[in-house]
Amino acid sequence: MSKSNEWPLWEVFIRSKQGLNHKHVGNLRATDAAMAIDNARDVYTRRQEGVSIWVVESVNVAASSPSESGALFEPANDKIYRHPTFYDIPDEIGHM
Amino acid sequence: MSEELEQLFQEKIDQDIKIEPKDWMPERYRKTLIRQMSQHAHSEIVGMLPEGNWITRAPSLRRKVALLAKVQDEAGHGLYLYSAVETLGADREDTIDDLHTGKAKYSSIFNYPTISWADIGAIGWLVDGAAIVNQVALQRTSYGPYARAMIRICKEESFHQRQGYEITMTLAKGSPEQKEMAQEALNRWWWPSLMMFGPPDDESPNTAQSIRWRVKRHTNDQLRQEFIDMTVPQAEYLGLTIPDPDLKWNEEKGMYDFGEIDWEEFWHVVKGNGPCNKDRIKARKAAKDNGEWVREAANAHAEKKRQQENKVA
Ligand SMILES: [Fe+2]
Ligand SMILES: [Fe+2]
Repeated sequence: MSKSNEWPLWEVFIRSKQGLNHKHVGNLRATDAAMAIDNARDVYTRRQEGVSIWVVESVNVAASSPSESGALFEPANDKIYRHPTFYDIPDEIGHM
Repeated sequence: MSEELEQLFQEKIDQDIKIEPKDWMPERYRKTLIRQMSQHAHSEIVGMLPEGNWITRAPSLRRKVALLAKVQDEAGHGLYLYSAVETLGADREDTIDDLHTGKAKYSSIFNYPTISWADIGAIGWLVDGAAIVNQVALQRTSYGPYARAMIRICKEESFHQRQGYEITMTLAKGSPEQKEMAQEALNRWWWPSLMMFGPPDDESPNTAQSIRWRVKRHTNDQLRQEFIDMTVPQAEYLGLTIPDPDLKWNEEKGMYDFGEIDWEEFWHVVKGNGPCNKDRIKARKAAKDNGEWVREAANAHAEKKRQQENKVA
């Protein structure tokens, strides 16, 4: 196929069972959303891996860049007071 | 600058932190992965051909649905891997064309013919068995998308080997003629299966670098030995004889000693002169060329639908 009409890339998300999130499982090429869902069924759910499929054209996914990861995620490192273990509760109280 | 980046990169690898598509990586790492992963993808796809040869002639419906499902899995494996190759910036169509022009290789085992039903048993048992040993090790490879593809693939592989072993077992426990069929298939596939792990360590110059980058986690010889130690008892259970007079348990080393592999045959097949090399490429090219109009039509159909939707909006 000439490159100018290569099928676009789609990211595939599967809900493995009712009550759980859709989770990214991979990607595939398809001409449109309907075909992407059909292909995703064949490629990613041959063994009852899913009950629902989302597809999103990959060009529409905005992503943070690895070079920004310090600025984005490091501020959370020293905020241990956001975690339950930061607080002292006497053993007699039991689970809290 | 780039030296510093390379050092940081290696530190990540040493800590077993996965490399993801957008992370900085040395150009040689990228190239090595593109070569290894595309070769792996092509092997999954070409690997459908020898088995596809028997789908219409499977001896029962049970065998037929199993073989069909297995071959379909291999197509899926090819797709996971082509997707992973794309994350390295390689164009998918170029990658596929490289197979067709002979620029890219695939596992030389698929250049052998499947002349009897027993070969389908031997392929599942031995060829998928060898592939599993290799792929289980690669679940811990350093490149994230490759490792994730391997985890998914390994989950699907185990039925492939089991169905092959079951076919072989049915023949081995059948009539004398059937047992003979199973033995002959083992004779045909044993040595090519050992060759699947690639040339011996002292003749694979890239191994050291691949291990340092954790692209490979074990050497060819280590994986080959693991496969042999695992498979010999399985053959014994079936009452079949592995076609290697030098095969012997080495008490001291706790592993099997085995005979000399015919590397001349290996290179002969890799260079394109195996029994089926030309057929395999011809079949793959025909699949692409004959499907061209379908892919174009699907594009045109999608375009038309888009225009109709725009009009309504
Ligand atoms: Fe596979
Ligand atoms: Fe397989």
